[in-house]
Amino acid sequence: MSSGMLLLAIVALPFIGSLVAAFLRQDARNGAAFLAGTVALCATVLTAIQYPAVHRGGALRISAEWLPTLGLDFTLRMDGFTWLFSMLVAGIGFLVALYARYYMSPADPVPRFFAFLLAFMGAMLGIVLSGNLIQLVFFWELTSLFSFLLIGYWHHNASARDGARMALTVTATGGLCLLAGVLLIGHVVGSYDLDRVLASGGTIRSSSLYLPTLILVLLGALTKSAQFPFHFWLPHAMAAPTPVSAYLHSATMVKAGVFLLTLLWPVLSGTEAWFYVVVSAGLCTLLLGAYAAIFQQDLKGLLAYSTISHLGLITLLLGLSSPLAAVAAIFHTINHATFKASLFMAAGIIDHESGTRDIRRLSGLFRFMPITATLAMVAAAAMAGVPLLNGFLSKEMFFAEAAAFHVDSLLDHSLPYFAMLFSAFSVAYSLRFIHGVFFGPPPVDLPRTPHEPPHWMRFPVEFLVLACLLVGILPAMTIKPFLATAVRAVLGPDTPYYSLAVWHGFNEPLLMSLIALTGGVILYWLLQGYLAKGIDGPPLMRRLKGQRIFERVLVTLSWKWARSLERVVGTQRLQPQLRLLVGFAVLAALWPLYRRGFEAGSRPGTAFDPAFLLLWIVGGLCAIGAAWLAKFHRLAAMVLLGGAGLVTCITFVWFSAPDLAITQLLVEIVTTVLILLGLRWLPKRVEVMGESLSMGAHDRMRRARDLMLAVAAGTGMTLLVYATLTRPLPNTISRYFIENAYSEGGGRNVVNVILVDFRGFDTFGEVVVLAVVAITIFSLLRRFRPAPESLDAPEQQQVQDAYDRARPDRAVGDTLADYLTIPGIIMQWLFPVIIMVAIYLFLRGHDMPGGGFAAGVTMSIAIILQYMAGGTRWVEARLRILPVSWIGLGLLCAALTGVGAWAFGHPFLTSSFRYVDLPAIGKVPAATALLFDLGVFAVVVGSTVLILVALAHQSVRTPRAARPPLPAERPAPTKENA
Amino acid sequence: MMEIVFALAVGILTASGVWLLLRPRTFQVIIGLSLLSYAVNLFIFGMGRLRVGAPPVLENPEAVDPALYADPLPQALVLTAIVISFATTALFLVVLLASRGLTGTDHVDGRDDPR
Repeated sequence: MSSGMLLLAIVALPFIGSLVAAFLRQDARNGAAFLAGTVALCATVLTAIQYPAVHRGGALRISAEWLPTLGLDFTLRMDGFTWLFSMLVAGIGFLVALYARYYMSPADPVPRFFAFLLAFMGAMLGIVLSGNLIQLVFFWELTSLFSFLLIGYWHHNASARDGARMALTVTATGGLCLLAGVLLIGHVVGSYDLDRVLASGGTIRSSSLYLPTLILVLLGALTKSAQFPFHFWLPHAMAAPTPVSAYLHSATMVKAGVFLLTLLWPVLSGTEAWFYVVVSAGLCTLLLGAYAAIFQQDLKGLLAYSTISHLGLITLLLGLSSPLAAVAAIFHTINHATFKASLFMAAGIIDHESGTRDIRRLSGLFRFMPITATLAMVAAAAMAGVPLLNGFLSKEMFFAEAAAFHVDSLLDHSLPYFAMLFSAFSVAYSLRFIHGVFFGPPPVDLPRTPHEPPHWMRFPVEFLVLACLLVGILPAMTIKPFLATAVRAVLGPDTPYYSLAVWHGFNEPLLMSLIALTGGVILYWLLQGYLAKGIDGPPLMRRLKGQRIFERVLVTLSWKWARSLERVVGTQRLQPQLRLLVGFAVLAALWPLYRRGFEAGSRPGTAFDPAFLLLWIVGGLCAIGAAWLAKFHRLAAMVLLGGAGLVTCITFVWFSAPDLAITQLLVEIVTTVLILLGLRWLPKRVEVMGESLSMGAHDRMRRARDLMLAVAAGTGMTLLVYATLTRPLPNTISRYFIENAYSEGGGRNVVNVILVDFRGFDTFGEVVVLAVVAITIFSLLRRFRPAPESLDAPEQQQVQDAYDRARPDRAVGDTLADYLTIPGIIMQWLFPVIIMVAIYLFLRGHDMPGGGFAAGVTMSIAIILQYMAGGTRWVEARLRILPVSWIGLGLLCAALTGVGAWAFGHPFLTSSFRYVDLPAIGKVPAATALLFDLGVFAVVVGSTVLILVALAHQSVRTPRAARPPLPAERPAPTKENA
Repeated sequence: MMEIVFALAVGILTASGVWLLLRPRTFQVIIGLSLLSYAVNLFIFGMGRLRVGAPPVLENPEAVDPALYADPLPQALVLTAIVISFATTALFLVVLLASRGLTGTDHVDGRDDPR
């Protein structure tokens, strides 16, 4: 397997493992843990064996096209630095999986936990190994998402939910800023590829977009790494299970921020803006975190603030922009991950075995768990920076850098003192952790009697503490070559000389260390009295809670502002909404008219024909009449609407669009039938005498405003259409359609060829819409409850029935049955004739006006006429029409025709045609497009009939509203009553 | 000259449609939408310019001169639009009937003006 494929495996394995774990049984605790451990171990081993290649220098890469049109590739790359980070992520991932096996209770859904954990590991490895910035942001947001799921793992717990939500809001918002920053980088560099970005540091720093880019990228990194002022989410994330804290909040998630800062360090650092922003953020975080950590009562809270502070340290080091400081930052990143992960696990063991993490309740645990206590002490000493441990080495480098000279400013000069203050604080909180928990009188009233954990639960802690010791005592033999590779990958030719020895002689940093250690011990001794009072939260800052500010901002943004905005501009009423819509459209169209003025084009007009003017005088009157009468005279309005439709239809014929005219005419018929069927269920509106007179001033104003809007819209359309029509037609794709309709599509009717061949896929989509609408209408009508006023039989029917009742020689319903007998019989006779017309329209469609749409509507008219002539029952006793089957078969036919093209290696819906010589008939064109058109035809028939028949059936249904059933009526032969 | 009449026709249809669209009764809105769809169909059709006696049905398929025929593309677009507008009218009609039955009023908001 090539090294590129190995890289892919490293990232893909955890995701695959996560999917598998998600499908394990709820109680498969061992199985899931074993799976997670194996996957993490594999990832570790796969990473480890890449070392020789990485050590030789240069980056391993694998690249595949992702979105080539946007110039984006999916790229994985590994250099010395990312190798080190991957080892951390995968290795500590393995230890955490092992630890979590013992930590998690069998009552929890453990496979879900491991599924999230593995997915998180995959996302984290994705960040580390991404060779493309967009891809990096993608994985970055994935880690935010999975950290949300992990923190909220115990979702029955309100604080876990809140903590998860806060972590997601802060880090994902930061991620969006990062995305914007990365887009800016891509804009400046011209590529998102990491290697190209790393090679263009000068371009970025000198670009005018440098400052916004820097701020956006920093927003992403600082939120992720819980830096001031975004640090507040981390302590709340402690509601997560402890393995999650040990993994996410020591080694991985929060390190993603500093990882990014280190990765982009060669590109972004070295400017004043970088120095001031990053150093101030780091310094504030470093001091505030260390200060707050001293006063925490929760073990994990103490560790969380300590993490914040150490991340601040790394950020500060990166902010100094000196190569030596960058070395220290990389080194401290590793050291912090080892000792903090082991401390979190130790805290978890204490919690697990004694039942509490409250320092006030814990004491004297050394007697009960001497081994764990010893391990925790060593790790805490590393955190405090005691000599012979790894924390000491990186702290010394930090001191040396703090004392060195960078940018001539107050900030730079005060750094050594702040550094010593930080170190004293960290000594104090480390002492508190050890002294408060393991020493003192035996504990009283603990939920459980503490004892040593199972050996394999302690093993990860042992391993990590051993690493702290080995690195601290023998740095040259353990970490040095790996660190050197990592540093060379980041700094390249700028790699400075540095020494990892434990003893450098008696120098300035050592002196600072000694002062800090002594100061820390004295500070802790002085604070004994205060800490014994057990007050939660640090003095002076107790009232300043990031959480409260965060919640207030959220409430203001997402509730108060949103509500007031809705109150001001929102409405639930349709008319104002439509008015706004039309108004905006008119204004938007007015703007170019105002800017450029109106001017008719030069195209010679079509010769004037007074008949056409006469036609549209009628059409315009019909339209205005329909608008006038639609309120109280619905039938009249409908007739006038039909008039306007007919005039439109004649216009289509006039201007060379026979296909449109046929379709318009036919659709006009079915629309009329449709609205007539609907009118039956719409109670009459009766004009109350004087209603128009009593209209208030408000109403008159509204009408005037609407009239103005309507006239404005109409005038605008007139101008727009006139301006267009008088301009010559530019060269469009239509030319291609006309030229190739016959040679490519085998049809002479270009409109039809476009529909069923060139743009067949669009047509397919449109018939699907038609089918969906028809089925929606059918479903809506199944539960239809008409207005109570329209439950009774229609007025005319009542009159007819009353006439029947009044005469002894007639049964009720006779007149109704005789009604329209002669037209009814003619309609029945017409049935085969209209079907013939439909077939004719269909067959000639490819070469002459006609086609599937027109034929389909014609066919449905034939069926509807039978309903009108004979009534629902009469037709359905004789004719089985299954509109839904028509729709289904039609869609199948159209789709299969399209799929058929695949069999010949052509794309979907490629048509082929030839002329077939049939005996007696002659040459007949046979195109596969005809089959497609057959599908269109069937869908149109099915949909139209389904819509109309569903509406017609309402008359034979017994509506749900109370109505005595007619004795003569048998249940309607439809499914609606079922 | 025909262009002026055509443009005025689209304008009148639009104005009537918009006026009805802004009315409070559902039936008015349905008629308004139908008038508006005529206007829009004519508008799109007009984008291919007005040609008399030049339907896009090829006379002599062996030697095609595109200048002889009206623009077929807007026609194809409008053809499906006509059928789809029937479907949406039907959908709207059914929704309006159901709304009338459920709310007891034919106001577009499902309740009469609160005034």
